Amino acid sequence: MSEMFSMTDVTVCYDNVEAVRNVSLSVEEGQIVTVIGPNGAGKTTLLMAAIGLLASRGRLVFQGNDIGRMSVEDRVERRLCLVPEKRELFSDMSVADNLLLGSYSLRDRSGIQKTLDEVYDRFPRLKERQRQAAGTLSGGERQMLALGRALMAKPKLLMLDEPSLGLAPLIVREIFRTIASLRDLGVSILLVEQNARAALETADYGYVLETGEIVQSGPAKDLIHDKRLITAYLGGH
Amino acid sequence: MTSDIAAILAIDGIATGAVYALVAIGTVLIFTVTRVIFIPFGDIAAFTALTLAALDAKRFPGTGALVVILACIATLIEIISLLRNGELRLLPRALFFYLALPLAVVGLAWLTMRAEPPLAIRLVLALMLITPIAPLLDRIVFRPIADGTVLLLLTVSVALHFALVGLGLLFFGPEGVRTEPLTSLSTEFAGVLISGQTMLIVIAALVFSGLLYLFFDFTLVGKSLRATAVNRTGSRLMGIRPARAGTIAYLLGSLMAGVSGILIAPVNTVFYDSGFLIGLKAFVGAIVGGMTSYPGAAIGAVGVGILESFASFESSALKDVIVFSLLIPILIWRSLASLHSEEEIEE
Repeated sequence: MSEMFSMTDVTVCYDNVEAVRNVSLSVEEGQIVTVIGPNGAGKTTLLMAAIGLLASRGRLVFQGNDIGRMSVEDRVERRLCLVPEKRELFSDMSVADNLLLGSYSLRDRSGIQKTLDEVYDRFPRLKERQRQAAGTLSGGERQMLALGRALMAKPKLLMLDEPSLGLAPLIVREIFRTIASLRDLGVSILLVEQNARAALETADYGYVLETGEIVQSGPAKDLIHDKRLITAYLGGH
Repeated sequence: MTSDIAAILAIDGIATGAVYALVAIGTVLIFTVTRVIFIPFGDIAAFTALTLAALDAKRFPGTGALVVILACIATLIEIISLLRNGELRLLPRALFFYLALPLAVVGLAWLTMRAEPPLAIRLVLALMLITPIAPLLDRIVFRPIADGTVLLLLTVSVALHFALVGLGLLFFGPEGVRTEPLTSLSTEFAGVLISGQTMLIVIAALVFSGLLYLFFDFTLVGKSLRATAVNRTGSRLMGIRPARAGTIAYLLGSLMAGVSGILIAPVNTVFYDSGFLIGLKAFVGAIVGGMTSYPGAAIGAVGVGILESFASFESSALKDVIVFSLLIPILIWRSLASLHSEEEIEE
């Protein structure tokens, strides 16, 4: 397996406060990597820096290229995609238009319809609601649309920020099943999640982020049995 | 006032309102995509009328020199920006869009003008010469402060208007112009004579609004502009570049303003500083539509046109006072009626 994405000694500051400090992590091709940690640990900040919405120090490498100075749009054109915590849907526009705009960065537009059909197959609910405005969807449907829209860009690395946030347990299971199935398509995934158990059950490798620093890492199947993590994040005693 | 006079005033008002509607739609377009309330839109409309008048008089318009100067400044700024960001690989592209393309437009207009072209070609030339101005001003003035507050952008926009009025005097001179009517036809409807020019104004407003609707609803670029207007961060995550969306919005907006300038030139005498009132009345129309709705802006602008027409009949001296007084109740109603969505609050 070759390396898809890596961060080396990445530091992100808000004014003079370091929200993320010297973080290093990597995602191999076809791997699901998760970053878990408490609220305010810097997980979202990390992804914002990875996509370029926040400036950072350190080295960001995607498919062997240094992307640290690239704009957000250049990173997206290289098929590095982020589904942000707020989803950032185009609420006044239809589900179909949201999905179509997901493919905006693709230069080869010949396979768009096929990709759209694949997204509708994966999320039949979106097909039922394709003419409906995105702003009128339920929380679960909005998350499906955010995921579907990202898939329209045929991502090589998909970064997901709290995909389970605010969703009913049944929908959360469906979302995580979808995430696991994306690995089979060869999409690498960097998953940031507060729902540590669901994330570690889905991921291959995990990092634990606390107050802006990586404090622990290892294969997900090992982390899920780690006593400290069980006490702190996995709801065990 | 008899019903005949009321009908004449209403038709006159609709025609004036249709011109304002084109500028108002352009204003909304620019605002939603870039957050800039582009006050100089009226100036762009007036400059188009002045450009067409110069072309009619077989003189090469001052617009050519204005475009060349703006292109040189924009190119210089773009080169400095690329050097600072270490993006020299983008230099050929920048030279093409900011220098070669505007110069080619001016060159083509200059060559075509020597052949003494017919009116239809002169109209195209006037629009061609006017459309690069707003995108170049965007690069020079607004791009460096794109992340500023709406208030800062508005303040700069007002300053830019005054700068353009000065440039208008320099490039076009103090004389007013009135171009020849685009058609001499006229028809009678329900006992009221309607001139061909009036019909042309309304038809042009409807056609351009319709084309804009088709562009937004049926093309990927149009949808990307709407997406930028709805959610800037979301659109960037799709790979849509706000700066490029802004340039397209300015180009389209300029085209709308240009068309309105061409339509109003045979009806009103246009001076280098006539644009301010056109832009301001269109702005009132756009505010009626909440600065975000195209149909709302168009309806608001037509309403302003009709009000102005009746106000000028009742008291010519007070017509502008009456139109702008309309703003106060509308702003009160808007501020009381507006609902803030969850996303707006989050932002």
